[in-house]
Amino acid sequence: MKNIMTRHFLTLLLLFVLPGLAQGQELVMDKGFGADNEIIVTFSQAVDQDEAANTANYTVYEEPDPDIRLQVKEVILASDQKSASLLFSEPLNTTQTHVVTIANLVAPQSQTTFSVAKSYLGYLLGILVSAMLINNFVFTKYLGLCVFFGTSKRKDTAKGMGITFTIVIVVSAIMSWFFYQFILKPFDLNFLQIVIFIGLVSLTVQAVDTVLRKVNPALFNSFGVFLVLVIANCVIIAVPLILADNEYNFFETFMLSLGAGGGFLLALYLMSSVRERMDLANIPPTFKGVPIAFIVAGQFALAFLGFSGLQIF
Amino acid sequence: MATDKSNIQLVVNGILNENPIFRLVLSMCPAVGISTTMMNGLMLGVAVLFVQVFSSVTISIFKNVIHPRIRIPTYTLAIATWVTVIDLVLAAYMPEAYAKMGIFVKLIVAFAIITMRLEMFACKESVNASFWDGIGMGLGFMAGMMAIGFLRELLGLGTLMGYDILGFKPLLFFVLPCAGFFVVGLMMAFFNYIEIAYKKAKRA
Repeated sequence: MKNIMTRHFLTLLLLFVLPGLAQGQELVMDKGFGADNEIIVTFSQAVDQDEAANTANYTVYEEPDPDIRLQVKEVILASDQKSASLLFSEPLNTTQTHVVTIANLVAPQSQTTFSVAKSYLGYLLGILVSAMLINNFVFTKYLGLCVFFGTSKRKDTAKGMGITFTIVIVVSAIMSWFFYQFILKPFDLNFLQIVIFIGLVSLTVQAVDTVLRKVNPALFNSFGVFLVLVIANCVIIAVPLILADNEYNFFETFMLSLGAGGGFLLALYLMSSVRERMDLANIPPTFKGVPIAFIVAGQFALAFLGFSGLQIF
Repeated sequence: MATDKSNIQLVVNGILNENPIFRLVLSMCPAVGISTTMMNGLMLGVAVLFVQVFSSVTISIFKNVIHPRIRIPTYTLAIATWVTVIDLVLAAYMPEAYAKMGIFVKLIVAFAIITMRLEMFACKESVNASFWDGIGMGLGFMAGMMAIGFLRELLGLGTLMGYDILGFKPLLFFVLPCAGFFVVGLMMAFFNYIEIAYKKAKRA
């Protein structure tokens, strides 16, 4: 049984990898960004050393502005002459697709053109990480604070709220995406955005409430109380509005909502850990309760500023 | 059930005793997010005042028709409608201020304070009382926003409503977005301090 599963898995894997291999017939086998000022190219055959190392043969530009040529400073050819690393004088903006043209590489007057871009999966993961850390909704966009301060007193409540919120936001964001793409946009009803999105959120909350109550009463007992609070959280309405503004596609929507939910869970968990400790601390009576929570949140916000400019993929 | 408070008492109640920001600790997102200048506070305050008054009145008029089991969705829809109205009006007539406030105008729909007032007040009281309660709550929110904006603008930029007051910038830190948390926390602590001192003086 296990063997068959493995074989199926391998077949699936091959199906995904094969389209990539099919390009292997061309001269440029593989390409990608290296260090922040580097593009690495792998060729299917050995190339002429003099021509490949001549920087005048290269023209590189970012796809949106073909007029701005990026200067190749140096080309380092590997000893087997099958791969080259293009070094630029300035760091590349790796979020853009770069178009590279190499002249005289295989024969005189010939031109080889290819484009270099980050993988789509990396881009999607980038959205996830960005929504979770760099643009954390609580600490850098200052949304969802009422619920944030209300439910971050204990770790258990924080976890319950965070998980409930993540489930509801993913479901409602996907529904909002469908409504926006197939109803609001085609019929020019964009001014109804707010009404439709908040309606969908209420609907999702009600649906999750009913389903959970029937399917898993034990889970409902522990998470049911948070469902009412979900609707009072601005993040849940901000995410559909953001995805409508940015014209996100389905996968981007999924990643953004997952990141928003995960970021909220992370913020709640961090905050509740600190507040549990603060119960034991000797806090001046004027700061007891909410004021000190605000100061702590401010310090978290300062710490989260450190994530700005972070690029992982 | 009718409230025994006069109209003026209702307004004062919203501004002082039940100030949405400092006493009820509701609608904190805009208080932290866009209170960098007094003007921003005023603008969002006006928007919230409008939505609060009109949705209070709407719910108060229809309170006998709304079935109790679907009251929350009804409130949400009423608020969403009035938010759409103010959103479109601001976008059309005040594009600059609208751009500064960004997504927060649309987010009024999720402000807990408005839903809470509808649930606690407007669905039981007369249209007249709801109107004045809405005004009080809206003004209370506006006053809170402007107080935070006052402090942040004066300390951060040395200006008030865009006019230069101090001539220098004492603490630029206060206009940084994350300083909103510190300012709100410190102001709350200050109000607590007054309250504690007041109680002590009363006892002595």
